[in-house]
Amino acid sequence: MSQYILRRLFWLVPTMLAISLVTFIVMHATPGSPLQPDAPNANPLPPAAQQNLARKWGLDKPLHVQYLTFLKNALRGDFGSSYVHKTSTVMEILKRTFPVSLHLGTMALLLAIFVGIPLGVLAAVDQNGPIDYVCSFIATLGVAVPNFVLAIFLIVVFVLGLGVIPRTGGWTSPVDWILPTIALGLGPLGILARYTRSSMVEVMRQDYMRTAQAKGLSQRAVILGHAVKNGLLPPLTILGPMFAAVGTGSFFVETLFRVPGMGRFFVDSMIARDYPLIMAIILLYGIFLAIMNLVVDILYSVVDPRIRLA
Amino acid sequence: MDALGSRREETLAPSTTEAGRPASKTLAGMARPHRTLWQDAFRRLIANRLALAGGIVILLIALMAIFAPVIAPYPYDKPNYSAISQFPSRDFPMGTDLTGRDMLSRMIYGAQVSMLVGLGAQVIVFLIGVPIGAIAGYAAGKTDTILMRFVDVMYAFPQLLFVILIMAALGRGLQNIFIAIGITGWVTIARLTRAEFLSMREKDYIQAARAVGAGPWRLITRHMLPNALTPIVVALTFGVPEAIFTEASLSFIGVGINPPRPSWGQMVGEYFPYLQSYWYLALFPAIAIAVVMMSFTFFGNGLRDALDPRMQQK
Repeated sequence: MSQYILRRLFWLVPTMLAISLVTFIVMHATPGSPLQPDAPNANPLPPAAQQNLARKWGLDKPLHVQYLTFLKNALRGDFGSSYVHKTSTVMEILKRTFPVSLHLGTMALLLAIFVGIPLGVLAAVDQNGPIDYVCSFIATLGVAVPNFVLAIFLIVVFVLGLGVIPRTGGWTSPVDWILPTIALGLGPLGILARYTRSSMVEVMRQDYMRTAQAKGLSQRAVILGHAVKNGLLPPLTILGPMFAAVGTGSFFVETLFRVPGMGRFFVDSMIARDYPLIMAIILLYGIFLAIMNLVVDILYSVVDPRIRLA
Repeated sequence: MDALGSRREETLAPSTTEAGRPASKTLAGMARPHRTLWQDAFRRLIANRLALAGGIVILLIALMAIFAPVIAPYPYDKPNYSAISQFPSRDFPMGTDLTGRDMLSRMIYGAQVSMLVGLGAQVIVFLIGVPIGAIAGYAAGKTDTILMRFVDVMYAFPQLLFVILIMAALGRGLQNIFIAIGITGWVTIARLTRAEFLSMREKDYIQAARAVGAGPWRLITRHMLPNALTPIVVALTFGVPEAIFTEASLSFIGVGINPPRPSWGQMVGEYFPYLQSYWYLALFPAIAIAVVMMSFTFFGNGLRDALDPRMQQK
């Protein structure tokens, strides 16, 4: 087991190298340059100033040299300074904003798990009944409606309409956490509910379910003792990538609720061609995703003894 | 494969007829004495109430987009400084924005962008994805490996980020949105087409067609593609809301559509800072996006179930 984990962690290194290389190539292959101001009507920088900037950021060197320099510094935990947020290094920015996004993402994922999975189980038990329809409606709503649209609805209804929540913006008290969590969590909730339902429906057709019923167990015992145990394995696998997606922040939810997380950098750094920041957030996402997948695989083998990690 | 029920046999109709008939008959010409696959699917589709409702809403929005110049009461881009930021009233059923432009007219014109991007992007995705998938699946071997490695690399990169990167490079505009979605969106279709083709290569009716002397072009266009069409059509249907979502997100961020032209996503992005004072400005386009996305999703679910009852969830 520990050998397996070590090997998986070792494989992180080539994976990260590949991700950084692909990001680097895509970043430089698409037209556009950080040396030009990105505001729509800004005056272009004079060529001399552009040359100075290029020299300062090392962009005047050949691409392979740039990449190797990046690698050398990144290994020491130094991702350089952001081109846009000039006063802080990339690491400082991430240290400030990542915990906020992680906090929001964790709450959204917990919401998805604790509502989505029971909903999916209930829907499978009540196949084609009213609960099933409610479940399928919520699932479609969560999957189909973009979270920025959902955020608008939430603000209009709960802040402006009912006035249950006094304000939006900031991240200081639990009141600020409620709406962003719902806006971010409903999508994953829908996916989880749908996934759980179809996996449960599959399990309930198995012979051992009929056996359990035949030996006289109550419906409740059959569902909780036999069906849920097996039916929840497939949904477990998607939790890893899901957590990586919501845990690194959403541009839209964080913008609409003015949450000071790192979600907006995914968009802002792309538009501004902030190379150091792009590399850092993509790598952070990649490491997060890889570790989450590892955790899920380990959990999987713990929950299901039929699976041996090797 | 277990014993086939009567419904299943009908689903498999194109393959069985295809094998037994002269290859010159096209998909439309394969009319069976009773009902064709597509007629049969259509009956199942309209029997599904949610899918039917989705289809009707899509049709209405499409009509609204086509006849926008006729039904829009005001121009979408002319400011009217004597009617700034008015709440919904009889003159302006959805109110006016901060420069006095009629929201209803802007909403109607906004439908054009969503429908154009949603449907148009699928044409590009189809034209790039299907040939690449078809070549990979037909040729198999080395060609397949090379093409699929490329597809894997495309897959690994988060799509929205890639689209934003392309838009930042190309600049705003409807045309560039098509390009950006086309470049990133074909991957799913290519994978799907390849998988279908690979599984089909060894089927008896393909072998038979080959034995009769059909060349690669004929095999692909007459025998393999028609049989792979069902999953491709379903995937394209689900691609529509995805493209609409991408356009709305891009325009929300401000790298999508070019401003005087209204798009629902752009309107939500532009107006949400004023939500507290003028809630209706961002709310109406948000509702429109939600409705169009839900409609296409319900329609897609219905279409999938109708075309392949084996995959049916309920």
